[in-house]
Amino acid sequence: MRTIRFLLQKEFRQIFRNKAILALIMVMPIIQLIILPLAADYEIKNINLSVVDHDHSPYSRHLISTITASGYFRLQGYHSSMREAYDLIEQDKSDLALEIPSGFERNLIRQQVDKQQLFIAVNAINGTKAGLGGAYLSSIIRDYNQHIRMEWITPARIQPIPTIEVVPSNRFNPLLKYQFFMVPGILAILLTMVGGFLSALNIVKEKEIGTIEQINVTPIKKHHFILGKLIPFWVLGNVVFTLGLLVSWLIYGIFPQGNILAMYGFIWVFLLAVLGFGLLISTYTDTQQQAMFIMFFFMMIFILMGGLFTSIDSMPAWAKVVSRLNPVSYLVEVMRMIILKGSGWSDILPHLGTMLGFAAALNGWAIWNYRKTS
Amino acid sequence: MVTLNNITKTYNKGALKAVDNVSFTVEKGELFGLIGPDGAGKSSIFRMLTTLLLPDGGTATVDGHDIVKDYKQIRSSVGYMPGRFSLYQDLSIEENLHFFATVFNTTVEENYHLIEDIYVQIAPFKKRRAGKLSGGMKQKLALCCALIHKPTVLFLDEPTTGVDPVSRKEFWEMLKRLKQQGITILVSTPYMDEASLCDRIALMQNGRVLSIDTPQGIIAGYPSSLYAVKATDMPRLIHVLPTYEPPFNSYIFGEYIHIDMRVMDDQPPIENLTHFLTNAGFEDIEVVSITPTIEDCFIKMLTK
Repeated sequence: MRTIRFLLQKEFRQIFRNKAILALIMVMPIIQLIILPLAADYEIKNINLSVVDHDHSPYSRHLISTITASGYFRLQGYHSSMREAYDLIEQDKSDLALEIPSGFERNLIRQQVDKQQLFIAVNAINGTKAGLGGAYLSSIIRDYNQHIRMEWITPARIQPIPTIEVVPSNRFNPLLKYQFFMVPGILAILLTMVGGFLSALNIVKEKEIGTIEQINVTPIKKHHFILGKLIPFWVLGNVVFTLGLLVSWLIYGIFPQGNILAMYGFIWVFLLAVLGFGLLISTYTDTQQQAMFIMFFFMMIFILMGGLFTSIDSMPAWAKVVSRLNPVSYLVEVMRMIILKGSGWSDILPHLGTMLGFAAALNGWAIWNYRKTS
Repeated sequence: MVTLNNITKTYNKGALKAVDNVSFTVEKGELFGLIGPDGAGKSSIFRMLTTLLLPDGGTATVDGHDIVKDYKQIRSSVGYMPGRFSLYQDLSIEENLHFFATVFNTTVEENYHLIEDIYVQIAPFKKRRAGKLSGGMKQKLALCCALIHKPTVLFLDEPTTGVDPVSRKEFWEMLKRLKQQGITILVSTPYMDEASLCDRIALMQNGRVLSIDTPQGIIAGYPSSLYAVKATDMPRLIHVLPTYEPPFNSYIFGEYIHIDMRVMDDQPPIENLTHFLTNAGFEDIEVVSITPTIEDCFIKMLTK
């Protein structure tokens, strides 16, 4: 116990002397939580729309004004031919082109021809923007269509048209605020970075400057040394998490709806797993540069396959399997469960069990490999 | 105190033999030197004896403990100072010393008498971070940290490499005093002039021990006669000397050229050589018989 106490004293001393790292640990969660959720917005706005109106009728103009009034589109201009509109798409000045054929009004209203075709061309380089833009536009046109039918077809009172109206209610996030979705996710990533990077780099640093040699010829037991490394970063992880929770409460008004203790309980186990991962990487690398690159490699996978930006459920089967091996995906899920859904101990029990497994496996592997190499 | 029996260590899956069948014994209280150029295998031997590296063959004991089986006892009873400064650069002198004392379950006060001579020299800077110290002060601190738990054997791996001549001299004086306290010291160095300061030395090259003896013994065992030659136009002298009959081995040594006379039937050598050089047009010729240094002995062993 005495040895551990002195090892901890030494570690904390070193951490507190490294002003740059300390500032980063404290400032990073605050800055990132304030800036990132504001920028990483899922809603698509300001879609540039080019219109090729061959009809020039009151109805076509009405359709265009309905579209621009929605707030999602910015009218780039009217063009005389589709070719011109395509040119603008090629130059990235326009995202969508809408073509209204000549005789649109005449055919639709006066002659009541069954179907009228509108043509939409979408710039799909930015997949999300294209998909959502196309969908917004289609839905606006559908509404418009409905509107015209109400106006011209026999009143519904006499011949009611059976329609199904869907009224969605957004549970757990009624206003569909994307911050509610992003903030817990970003907090999860921050925690992973602090735990994984710092522990890995710290141990590799001892290797790099040779202090580990000096330690190895002392009677310090391996598990003492490892505990001396894990505990400080475990504590720091908790500090970062608490700071992050405070920021999201003060700035976004996001306060965990569920059991906070359950949340911390999960965080404690999660930190153990991530620290174990950092330790594992440090046993396989000799320089901080190597450790950094390997950590980045895994960090990218952890983040992109962790369900933070994209839904895991919509991934292909093999990717789902991979994401189940990703500790971050469990954290993101649990954070959202507790913060948004108000889950408690019993709901996160399966996650907690898996995370305990991760912690045991990663730390066990790390210690086994650490023994072997020295 | 320290014994090695046919210790072998290979790297790169046996492709590189760093230590090749080395055996020697160090007595209690001895100051033993491993002398040899870089890559001779000195550090590998130290790392095996301090249990940082497992030997591929052979056995060794330190203070009666086997280096493989009893590594735990060895770790608490030896002091090791690696060739590279490896204390915590972001901790101060005081904190480093304290840390290593604690790690060995002792206190600075308990063994202060051992390090006092050395520590007083760096004590004025005790609040300074180790990373900000000069080379000589770093060495002193490292020695203090290696001594603080009163080791029975002290391993110093190239302690004077990269240290200025004055600090080097001081360092060897400190070692002499430590020896008087009864601590067995193994030291490695690439500097031949430091060899004569050891009780006994092992000359090493390419992982093999060439010779083990006292420095005097090694010098006394020099098998032939050695002469130092100097004259005007030294660059030409280097080219002229190899044309002498019977042939001998010659090499530049400081401002002289050393000549190793293997053939004893060319008598009297000094007169013959002076005559030969006068004929070759040299002036201010100086030929003297000299006692070989350890370096001469080392060169002799390499050219055998």
